[in-house]
Amino acid sequence: MTVLIPHSLNEAVQMLAETSDAHLLTGGTDMMVEVNFNHRRPSNVISLGRVPELSRWSVDTSTQTVFIGASVPYADMEHGELAVALPALAAAARTVGSPQIRAAGSLGGNLGTCSPAGDSLPVLAAMNAAIHLHSVEGERIVPFSDFMTGPKKNSCGSHEIITGVTLPISNGWQGYSKVGVRNAMVISVASCCLAWQDNMVLVALGSVGPIIIRCYDTEQWLNAQKLSSQTSITTELAQEFGRRAAIEARPIDDHRSTAEYRKHAISVLAKRLLQRGTQQ
Amino acid sequence: MSSNEFYNLQINGQTHAVKDAWIGESLLYVLRERLGLPGAKGACEQGECGSCTVFIDGKAVCSCLVMAASAVESEIATIEGLNSDGSLTDVQESFITEGAVQCGFCTPGLVMAVHHLLEHNQEPDEHEIKEALSGNICRCTGYGRIFAAVDVVIASRAEANR
Repeated sequence: MTVLIPHSLNEAVQMLAETSDAHLLTGGTDMMVEVNFNHRRPSNVISLGRVPELSRWSVDTSTQTVFIGASVPYADMEHGELAVALPALAAAARTVGSPQIRAAGSLGGNLGTCSPAGDSLPVLAAMNAAIHLHSVEGERIVPFSDFMTGPKKNSCGSHEIITGVTLPISNGWQGYSKVGVRNAMVISVASCCLAWQDNMVLVALGSVGPIIIRCYDTEQWLNAQKLSSQTSITTELAQEFGRRAAIEARPIDDHRSTAEYRKHAISVLAKRLLQRGTQQ
Repeated sequence: MSSNEFYNLQINGQTHAVKDAWIGESLLYVLRERLGLPGAKGACEQGECGSCTVFIDGKAVCSCLVMAASAVESEIATIEGLNSDGSLTDVQESFITEGAVQCGFCTPGLVMAVHHLLEHNQEPDEHEIKEALSGNICRCTGYGRIFAAVDVVIASRAEANR
């Protein structure tokens, strides 16, 4: 086994090209659990913590976009400029693990693991994030909708490194809610991101399907009502919105919860987020 | 770096050589079992309990989730290095006087988390203290004595700065 520590993106993609069985390591909050419990015995590891291109983020007002490098920790998204540009991502970041986990964990790790319970993923799905992948052949940009292909499966090639994501700066209300058995240190049972962007509502669900689910039908139904985030809406409309979102959820029974409860949770989360976003 | 190579870690301002270790070992395991620094405790080994909290480049993280060999270029600080002369810090003293230590297993991690909090926020409110300690689990005290110990440190540091 080897542990390689590249100091630039070029060096990293070169190392990856030469080490086909390498595991990429950022914060370690997923991978080291598997190593500690002998569920994974990596043969070779490329530790990306010293690659400066991955630890950068920027808010570009001329293009109205935000770039967040793959190893930027969640702690950096909770407050400050990033939280102002992407309030739903800040809300999602605050629900990740504990302060110790948020100091280490990153979007690159969430995308690399690609668990349906990944806390940041519903935000990336709702906001149509573009995922940046690099290899020795150069850069490839994949929309989130084409990135996650199944539970813990994505379209990142074994020769590619996730380098970051680009998202539009929020231009309407956006929020994120998550249900779990307690407040701190919890893996979600159901989660929902709702964003008003360009006066259209966007909704994505986590932990209730094999992939993150975009509620395209529910979005279309609501957007046909010609509302905006300034409109006050009736309780009946909010309830119907939640009901429709729950229909699009495809949950299963597992050790964390039941499909029935998850559907119910989604109907409540979606309803509340719509109400919060329209009653500001 | 391959499995046969030694590597060096910078811990509490000193260079420690790690030898005869599997290169995938966690920093927690290396600290305790290879380097004789048993201050950080191993309980859950999955980042849930915080009893293995150390500082890496000034950030409080779970050492069980750090691959030790990936930390060769980092400054690591453990509870053994809080006071270089080995004396107790004000946080440790306060944990003792306020009865915040029962079995003691969570104490090193909590002491590190409290030091980290107070380094960045001299007068945290109740909510900020709870949030900062939310990654550290204590199964004995019910947390009341721990929060009391933090309050005593905040008050005594404020008094000293007056």
